[in-house]
Amino acid sequence: MQIFDIFLLESVLNGLLLGGLLALLSLGLNLIFGVIDVVWICYAELIMIGMYAVYYLHVSFGWPLLAAMLAGVLIVALSGMALHQFVIRPVLAAEPINQLLVTGGVLFFLQAAATLAFGIEFKNLGITFPPIVVGEISFSMPRLIAFGVALAGMLGMYLLLTRTYIGTAIRAISQDRAIMPLMGVNPSRIYLVTSALGGGLAGLGSCLLVLQYDIHPAIGLSFGPITFLICVLGGLGNMAGGFIAAFIFAQFISVGGFFLAVEWGYVIAFLFFIGVMFWRPQGILGSKQ
Amino acid sequence: MGKALPWIGLAALALAPFSGIGNYPLHLLIMVLLWGYVYTSWSIMGRLGMVSFGHGAFLGIGAYVVVMGWNHYGLTPWMGVPIALAVTAIVAFLIGYPCFRYKIVGHYFALVTLALSEVTRLLIVALRDQTGGSLGVTPKTALTDAAYSFAALQFSNKLVWFYVVLAVWLAGLWVWKKVDESMGRLALEAISQEEDAAASIGINVTRLKLGVTMISALMTCIGGVLYAQYQLYVNPETVSGIGISLQMVFGVIAGGMYVRLGPTVGAAFTLLLAEGLRLAFGNRFPALDSTVYGLMLVLFIIYMPKGILGAALDAAGQSKPRPAATPTGRVLRDG
Repeated sequence: MQIFDIFLLESVLNGLLLGGLLALLSLGLNLIFGVIDVVWICYAELIMIGMYAVYYLHVSFGWPLLAAMLAGVLIVALSGMALHQFVIRPVLAAEPINQLLVTGGVLFFLQAAATLAFGIEFKNLGITFPPIVVGEISFSMPRLIAFGVALAGMLGMYLLLTRTYIGTAIRAISQDRAIMPLMGVNPSRIYLVTSALGGGLAGLGSCLLVLQYDIHPAIGLSFGPITFLICVLGGLGNMAGGFIAAFIFAQFISVGGFFLAVEWGYVIAFLFFIGVMFWRPQGILGSKQ
Repeated sequence: MGKALPWIGLAALALAPFSGIGNYPLHLLIMVLLWGYVYTSWSIMGRLGMVSFGHGAFLGIGAYVVVMGWNHYGLTPWMGVPIALAVTAIVAFLIGYPCFRYKIVGHYFALVTLALSEVTRLLIVALRDQTGGSLGVTPKTALTDAAYSFAALQFSNKLVWFYVVLAVWLAGLWVWKKVDESMGRLALEAISQEEDAAASIGINVTRLKLGVTMISALMTCIGGVLYAQYQLYVNPETVSGIGISLQMVFGVIAGGMYVRLGPTVGAAFTLLLAEGLRLAFGNRFPALDSTVYGLMLVLFIIYMPKGILGAALDAAGQSKPRPAATPTGRVLRDG
């Protein structure tokens, strides 16, 4: 019984670490939705671009890992801006569901283009970290790094949104889209900056994921659905809600995976999500319309 | 002449296998009709403003319930189909009723149904001792010493499948027509434009939406059964999960959601594009077709939201004016 409890504790703590990572992933998506009112279904595919970028710059071109990661963040931020400029802008006035679908088309395109360009083989950086052992519990180093960086990233985003002019403008436009242009704020520019920030957060996420997981063209499908569901569970556009929801989901996955198989953890998390939707359609922290 | 044209087309289609086309074109024809039927099933609710990303669930239930019943309990598909339909109806009700009752629409509806299709896929994978997991499963063959087995719903002759699928596809189009002619369709169009206003003039929003969802889900389930029995192989990725659910949505968008043959045109287009590029380039560029397809989808949604057939009919000036995809009560933004 003693050993059993230690392993349970270990999976709870690992769930906590996973929660930090998921919270960071959902933050970018929430930011985009809160400000531009569009769900990037292809968000996880942007993360995939970042993972490939880091991999190729580091492994094929021999860049130092940190430089490759910085470049990866930049590349994904630029991809986010390009996505907004060329795909989202033309449909901003169309039916909301068309905006969801058009980014779904981008998902298909990026996934297929990655297969075409990089092949379907699994790639990884080939870096291994020694596990950190505290008492009888061992943690994986990349997970701890991911947790720390994710928290720092979220804090940075919080400061940016509350302490800077552009952050204030972003928050203002998410509160009232019709009035802000009258106040002399150019929404096109704010949208573009927000897309770059959202992309940058996806890029940061990809740097953390690339340390832990193999890269392949379909990797987006293993992170995409869960990221959307976290955002919806927390209340789309509500960053604090997404933060809490990420930790709830992570516990389901980690502890559910401990008692049963990994898939069961996901099944329980998704069923929980569907259940909550019927109880609070606006999300756990969302406000009533 | 205008009235006779569809019948001539249908007769030509029905006689197509006798024009001496080989096995491979016949297979393509079957796949176009089968997916055309599944896409049509999706559109029955999709075009009325309920964009579901969860139809992979119903397809998966159809395919797996019947194959599992046959493999593990020796249950003939003729018994398996009613069970699969019953399971589909229960799932569609469990997901649909609360969604419609609590007005989960638009993005939220799409994402809730997305969770449903992922749950189905993960369940199939998690129950790998029974279902074979990600590797998929083959129905136990009943064709070792016979060319066909009616009890097992297995036919080695593609011709039989062609007529089965043709009949089911026609039935799907007929259901579309019936839904289109019903009063419910007008009510549902009103709902998709302005739900509260529709409710205020006495439309029972929940019941109507649930009805159409049931029809669409049950039809999709039948599509799953046919797919499994025709291919004699299923795996969780091809019949459930986010991938196939999105593929359905996009096939419909490519063809055109608001015209009856649109989904079928979408199925033909996607299949022929994939096969055409494969024939042109061989297997040198494994994902070229999906790359081109993804790019075209994005362009379609931006510049041609009515799809190929919808745009073609508009150009020919035949299309009846429809209160189609216009923004409703949404603030225009100059983003």
